[in-house]
Amino acid sequence: MNDMTQAPVRDAAYNFAYLDEQTKRMIRRALLKAVAIPGYQVPFGGREMPLPYGWGTGGMQLTAAILGDDDVLKVIDQGADDTTNAVSIRRFFARTAGVATTESTPDATVIQTRHRIPETPLHADQIMVYQVPIPEPLRFIEPSETETRTMHALNDYGVMHVKLYEDIATFGHIATAYAYPVMVDERYVMDPSPIPKFDNPKLDMSPALMLFGAGREKRLYAVPPYTRVVSLDFEDHPFEAQQWEENCAICASHDSFLDELIIDDAGNQRFVCSDTYYCAQRVSQQEQGQ
Amino acid sequence: MNQALKNELSVSTEPLLQVRDLSLLYGPEKGCQDVSFDLYPGEVLGIVGESGSGKSTLLSLLSGRLPPQRGRIGYRDKQDQWLDLYSASEAERRTLLRTEWGFVEQNPRDGLRMGVSAGANIGERLMAQGVRNYQQLRGAGLDWLSQVEIDPQRIDDLPRTFSGGMQQRLQIARNLVSSPRLVFMDEPTGGLDVSVQARLLDLLRGLVRELDLAVVIVTHDLAVARLLADRLMVMRRSRVVETGLTDQILDDPQHPYSQLLVSSVLQP
Amino acid sequence: MYVAVKGGEQAIDNAHRLLAKKRRGDTSVTELSVEQIRQQLPLAVARVMSEGSLYDEELAALAIKQAAGDLVEAIFLLRAYRTTLPRFSPSLPIDTADMLLSRRLSATFKDVPGGQLLGPTFDYTHRLLDFALLAEGEYPGPQITPNASLDACPRVLGLLAKEGLIKNESDNSDTVADITRDPLELPASRAERLQALARGDEGFLLALGYSTQRGYGRNHPFAGEIRIGDVEVWIDPEELGFSICLGSIEVTECEMVNQFVGSATELAQFTRGYGLAFGHAERKAMGMALVDRALRAKEFNEEIESPAQQEEFVLMHCDNVEAAGFVSHLKLPHYVDFQAELDLIRKLRKPAEGSNHE
Repeated sequence: MNDMTQAPVRDAAYNFAYLDEQTKRMIRRALLKAVAIPGYQVPFGGREMPLPYGWGTGGMQLTAAILGDDDVLKVIDQGADDTTNAVSIRRFFARTAGVATTESTPDATVIQTRHRIPETPLHADQIMVYQVPIPEPLRFIEPSETETRTMHALNDYGVMHVKLYEDIATFGHIATAYAYPVMVDERYVMDPSPIPKFDNPKLDMSPALMLFGAGREKRLYAVPPYTRVVSLDFEDHPFEAQQWEENCAICASHDSFLDELIIDDAGNQRFVCSDTYYCAQRVSQQEQGQ
Repeated sequence: MNQALKNELSVSTEPLLQVRDLSLLYGPEKGCQDVSFDLYPGEVLGIVGESGSGKSTLLSLLSGRLPPQRGRIGYRDKQDQWLDLYSASEAERRTLLRTEWGFVEQNPRDGLRMGVSAGANIGERLMAQGVRNYQQLRGAGLDWLSQVEIDPQRIDDLPRTFSGGMQQRLQIARNLVSSPRLVFMDEPTGGLDVSVQARLLDLLRGLVRELDLAVVIVTHDLAVARLLADRLMVMRRSRVVETGLTDQILDDPQHPYSQLLVSSVLQP
Repeated sequence: MYVAVKGGEQAIDNAHRLLAKKRRGDTSVTELSVEQIRQQLPLAVARVMSEGSLYDEELAALAIKQAAGDLVEAIFLLRAYRTTLPRFSPSLPIDTADMLLSRRLSATFKDVPGGQLLGPTFDYTHRLLDFALLAEGEYPGPQITPNASLDACPRVLGLLAKEGLIKNESDNSDTVADITRDPLELPASRAERLQALARGDEGFLLALGYSTQRGYGRNHPFAGEIRIGDVEVWIDPEELGFSICLGSIEVTECEMVNQFVGSATELAQFTRGYGLAFGHAERKAMGMALVDRALRAKEFNEEIESPAQQEEFVLMHCDNVEAAGFVSHLKLPHYVDFQAELDLIRKLRKPAEGSNHE
């Protein structure tokens, strides 16, 4: 199934991808620094974008800085191409950059995402851009920015494990389900953005380049290809991804992240793949197989 | 005497902390000036004086929290290397404060994480040093709670459910878990009831002897000084007016101000 | 079999049409023009310009129309537009001493050289709804004396400085950072703090300023001087080698006189807080001045006890575009993360198998 659209006509009233060239250059310089120091939060001079802070401006600025004429852009939110915000952002770039867009994961060169990593494995020519609300993994326990910066600089991460210890003492398990903190390249603790912990293993040694943008907080960071990314845990309470008893009601997948839908007043549930492209692909392959 | 023996002797008689001409003044006679002393392993030094005498400023300087205007502080670490405290980096100072040093705050709320359990408070230093085994951390928590005479059943309770005395003892455990060699204490019994103070002092005295800790303790309470300190420094208006063995100073003070201080203590 | 629902694009288009309809309201009523907003809602225009960080009355009025009167939304529109504008030069600092005054007052002295100039103010109105405004009418101003001369109005705080009672603000000729280009790093310089406060939310600064008066970081403020009027904007282009005037803008400036400080080595002097806003915007300038002074706590060796004195708290939360964005982002779908939470909470609520409480 090929969902690539014809490259739309760019709106000439705006510079390519909306941002001016100086700003894009500034962002790319910051990105280079981020790639050179995996997991380290680089401050950047974020601009106001036509979408509100909190709605993906960080991701959009990164995408705008790296997009070129030949790129093919996929935008997903909660794993789906069709959620309203994904539609809104995809349209924005279609209009201001005139790039081809697609729903197909393997065909995309740049994928901007909110809260999920696609189920289809990524390849080396792809860049993922993650939308990040709060870039600082220590923020929950330390509200001060000057203090958290110092903690990162001094490798002072004891407090991260304090939180995990406390979870186990209280609940018997580590109680973080998404935005689960990771150690990148054995040096920096990073917030992988609010992806479910189910997706954390996809970050480890991925062939793709992962870029993270927080527009409101004005920080960006990166995980270069083939970097070790390890979720924090204890030896005797190792990291565990979520699992479902059910299969996807549409494609019968047992390996993907499932969304729960409540389908009637009695509270009956149905589970379907969160990654709409992956699900549709499986269905189409099953149909072709018949 | 052979060289090896000589070396061994000199190492154990070398001071742990060497302070020379330490000064920080906020205004005329406010702060501290010209403070010099040596502190030996296992020795408890008391800094006494009224409020405003400069003893808290001195403690902040010594513990790496406030850079001096003049003077030097040298610390001999576990590897026997001398570190000039304020030439070292912030990173080195903070690591020191988490490992070889401890700091017991006057108000336990300043020295504890009030929002996490007693066990987490105690385990934090170990976690910062890379201990990654939950059972091991929990074991250390249970062990230290009993050493500071808190019921180990309370390991999962939040510090805000503890009495003031218990919070203070928890703070001590949190500091001692990393086997520090030098501990700073800022009025550790301040704000506690007399009977609670007595119990805490007893505990401190026992731990200091057992663990061979060097301690610098700031107090305005001469009874605390008498019980814990080997040596005293009396401060008045930013200067050290008298130093010596605790018993000597408290029983036979030489300086007029020391005499005033000692005589003003109510005799039971 | 369950079929996934598509149609997000169509839904968005319809939402935009509904918005345009709501913004227009009853079509039998005359449409509001941008020029009407500019002329007749000048105080709204002033706020949008200040917090939008862009002096353009017409664009601000357009933003207010487009935002259907939601000023925070209008501010956002202006900020986003500002991002697209090229910069060709920084201006020279504006000189408010040379202001063409429409209003000037000082609470610190009964009379000052140049006098108290009331100008157009709500201050002495009785807050009774004026039902005459339901109809349209004519509003001639007061009698004008042609060619009246205005007495010189030297700055009140300048007069205090002459006596040595307050420090002069001096230019240490450091390059001034631009928080709209470079990320703000803490601790911030005073210049950066003032920039953030100038574009900060009026309500937030008002509340913080209020808190300082109620004892949360008390510093005994007096309104040393408030001036409102037009100032010229000059630039000094390299190519010309001399400065030229681009035109003038209306600004409101407030200097608060606060509690004096002194030390063993320095004689006691009053301290100051500074506020500046585009257009006629007294409440903003005053709130800003109170918060500016509170944030100078470290400079004056004051105990930091209250939120208004905490630089990180104030600067990180004063921008209403950031705040509104993040608060409203909660409306976006979060069902994947919520799913993860559901999964976890169900697991935690299952009877504990292998719990670790020995």
